[in-house]
Amino acid sequence: MATQSSRSAARLMMAPAVILLLGWMLVPLLMTLWFSFRAYLPLRGGDQGFVGFDNYVRFVTSSAFWPSIVTTLAIVVGALAICIIFGVLLAILLDQQMWGQGVVRILIIAPFFVMPTVSALVWKNIFMDPVNGLFAHLWRFFGADPIIWLSDIPVASIILIVSWQWLPFATLILLTAIQSLDTEQLEAAEMDGAPVLKRFWFIVLPHLGRAITIVILIQTIFLLSIFAEIFVTTGGAFGTRTLTYLIFQRVLESQNVGLGSAGGVYAIILANIVAIFLMRIVGKNLDA
Amino acid sequence: MACAVTNQRKAVNTLIAWAVGLLIFFPILWTILTSFKTEAQAISDPPVFLFFDWTLENYAVVQERSDYLRYLINSVIIAGGSTILGTLIAIPAAWSMAFVPSKRTKDILLWMLSTKMLPAVGVLYPIYLLFIQLGLLDSRFGMVIVLMLINLPIIVWMLYTYFREIPGEILEAARMDGANLRNEILYVLTPMAVPGIASTILLNFILAWNEAFWTLNLTAAQAAPLTAFIASYSSPEGLFYAKLSAASTMAIAPILILGWFSQKQLVRGLTFGAVK
Amino acid sequence: MKLTPILIGACSAMAISFAAQAQTLTIATVNNGDMIRMQGYTDQFTAETGIAVEWVTLEENVLRQRVTTDISTNGGQFDIMTIGMYETPIWGANGWLVPLDDLSEEYDAADILPAMAGGLSHDGTLYAAPFYGESSMIMYRTDLMEQAGLEMPDAPTWDFIKQAAAAMTDRDADINGICLRGKAGWGEGGAFITAMSNSFGARWFDENWRPQFDTEEWANTLNFFVEMMTESGPPGYATNGFNENLSLFQQGKCGMWIDATVAASFVTNPADSTVADSVGFALAPDNGLGKRANWLWAWALAIPAGTDDVDGAKQFIEWATSKDYIEMVAENEGWANVPPGARISLYENPDYQAVPFAEMTLESILTADPNNPTVDPVPYVGVQFAAIPEFAGIATQVSQEFSAVYAGQQSVEEALAKAQAIATEEMEAAGYM
Repeated sequence: MATQSSRSAARLMMAPAVILLLGWMLVPLLMTLWFSFRAYLPLRGGDQGFVGFDNYVRFVTSSAFWPSIVTTLAIVVGALAICIIFGVLLAILLDQQMWGQGVVRILIIAPFFVMPTVSALVWKNIFMDPVNGLFAHLWRFFGADPIIWLSDIPVASIILIVSWQWLPFATLILLTAIQSLDTEQLEAAEMDGAPVLKRFWFIVLPHLGRAITIVILIQTIFLLSIFAEIFVTTGGAFGTRTLTYLIFQRVLESQNVGLGSAGGVYAIILANIVAIFLMRIVGKNLDA
Repeated sequence: MACAVTNQRKAVNTLIAWAVGLLIFFPILWTILTSFKTEAQAISDPPVFLFFDWTLENYAVVQERSDYLRYLINSVIIAGGSTILGTLIAIPAAWSMAFVPSKRTKDILLWMLSTKMLPAVGVLYPIYLLFIQLGLLDSRFGMVIVLMLINLPIIVWMLYTYFREIPGEILEAARMDGANLRNEILYVLTPMAVPGIASTILLNFILAWNEAFWTLNLTAAQAAPLTAFIASYSSPEGLFYAKLSAASTMAIAPILILGWFSQKQLVRGLTFGAVK
Repeated sequence: MKLTPILIGACSAMAISFAAQAQTLTIATVNNGDMIRMQGYTDQFTAETGIAVEWVTLEENVLRQRVTTDISTNGGQFDIMTIGMYETPIWGANGWLVPLDDLSEEYDAADILPAMAGGLSHDGTLYAAPFYGESSMIMYRTDLMEQAGLEMPDAPTWDFIKQAAAAMTDRDADINGICLRGKAGWGEGGAFITAMSNSFGARWFDENWRPQFDTEEWANTLNFFVEMMTESGPPGYATNGFNENLSLFQQGKCGMWIDATVAASFVTNPADSTVADSVGFALAPDNGLGKRANWLWAWALAIPAGTDDVDGAKQFIEWATSKDYIEMVAENEGWANVPPGARISLYENPDYQAVPFAEMTLESILTADPNNPTVDPVPYVGVQFAAIPEFAGIATQVSQEFSAVYAGQQSVEEALAKAQAIATEEMEAAGYM
């Protein structure tokens, strides 16, 4: 009886959040679906009628489609790899005894507070500019030819910017996880003479598994939709056009809302494939 | 002897950690320094680090050109409002997911997260048309709603993971004592979850503060927050590094200060259930 | 007894605040220097007319997407929009803009430079009033030119420019003979290469709207550009736009720079420019085919058809683009800082003729003809663009392919083949062919 009433109460309490999100998801989704079957060209007077699957076919057969998928995945995977590898190292470092730990922690999480637009502008102009950028000065100081970041290694540059922004987040989550590690177990292993690497591999890393999965899940959500970092730096040139950016170009630069909407539907499909894949791992980890 | 070894090790740790910390912080530091230079100094070759004529001119120019306070207030209202509203809606939902789980709980949770994966630009026109119909364009209320919806999944998820860490027995005991559902949430659960709620609010405040797509595209003069303020300083004609740096510093300073004061709270709460 | 005056006071206060509410204009504008200056003078406008003004100042690309979304959905967020020569004829044709054919007598619409008025009209009706106009021209370092033992003619050819650039280049001293835009984007590198291609006899589309990237003229344009920039251009020119080149030139790192005429006031301003006293000007180069490589652009103020305060908006436009406004700026900040390129009378003013770049700016503007931009005939209007809705999307993608050439990632042939494919695909989809 009690459980029955608390069940329905629970459902009632969940209702606002679920209904709101359902609305937030369904209304735009249905509108996107509707537009994706129509020739909606704002500059040519709006809705030009039903066109069947034309938009879908055109979006996929465009020469920009597959490269954009590859770029999207490269940026997500690249940034994730950097964030996790350096995040683990930083978390271990921050977990050590030192003077001024609080200040160091502040320094390391600071990039997370910076707006993506600001960080992209600052990186592009003040650091990566091939003539006046700080990196160019540094390279020239050592007698090297400056790297032309945004055209020579554009994808890597964007990964660098994005990783800088998201590394603090990964570090924080991994740090809380490391702090919960049973120190006695580690000390016991140290007594037994297990070398550092072995201790890391067999004790620390498995303990971090769950935190790493969570970092992957949450950051993937944000990384799939990065926009400002590309808009500000390369504008999609030099092979940095992600799927999100391609949709932006179709909707706002070409002013073809129907085509962009079809792209939006593909992006949702891609996101769901990634999501299902992620949920599998996370779901398993959540039960544990 | 042992003490000496630890101290030595501590010194090495300190050295490495500070070097890494400063390296990561350097872009922000450099931006702040640049904001006090003249435009010519900002691009001087070789770059000047500390020994230049410090000037507040850029800040004066930026303030004269655009009313910083108005953007700031909009940012606070939009980020704060959406976070508080989202938390209020999320607490009951997260509570019921954590304490009255059903078979579908996890599916609902994961589905909520997946709504975050909709590419924003793909739905710009639909949302814009909808906002015209609802009269919400360029209104703080509209922005509060949009950012609340965007961050709601993260809020629910974070709260859910905290609530799950609270042992069920305590609730049982409260129930035995005759507490009803409302009291249970208000007086038993919430106090225990305060650290979690606090860090949830902090994280989402930061995320809402930095959101730059909807806040730029759905506002004009009335509801424009600091992201729009920045958009008026990026790449104008002429030299702009110093003024851009000043505007950037002004845009990130409030959140940076807030983050620094509350970083302990943030660190403690940012587990997402990663710690058992 | 006592209540009445308070009530009346309250009522009139409400009436005033209500009236103020109705008389507030929201203006979207770009964050260029002349517009920023205009914002500084808005108090004067408000004092004269009682109309309050709210500014939405955005970076060019953001502004464009913001106002386009709003006007095409009839969002009604702005009373005045700052738009360019590309948008105006298209939006005017769609009936989205209020015609500006009934401006007051003293405004003297006939004083607007014909080239500007022509580019801001559709079917002979003016839809946007130019705030400032520009063409492009050569800005060069007189000292470096002398050192190289050369003399810049007033109207040079591309061959001379290439030769002079090579002669001026001194990589060890960090001096690049020529700085040009290579940055992707139809309004950045796309605008430059299109204007340049006009002087090489190339065009975007033939009379039947068939894209022309498979022609020899385009290959010549691109090959010449890449060769010259590799030989004498700055490192990383594939990411340089207006701003990047401006800083380079101001720092003394460029021998020549071909870009917007408005840049002349920046590079001759001693506060920002280290080379302010040794800058010369010349017309954009040609190849003897009858067309020069200069473009034509105007930033103009237009009223979206949905606004509820057409009269107030017109009042503002008349104020901001008037002769009086120009004189006010000249009085307070000097003639070099007035918004250029919009009015005939400005160039007839002896005070302004004394400004070193005035004559060359006017001549550049006069040699650009948006209605007849190319050597061979074309079906479109516009010098460095084609005023059709599809152009911005196509040209951005095409210019990205070109930038990839500049960055050394593909060959000229590959880029042109891709450009042809992109343009063909889009033009077919849009129903032109």
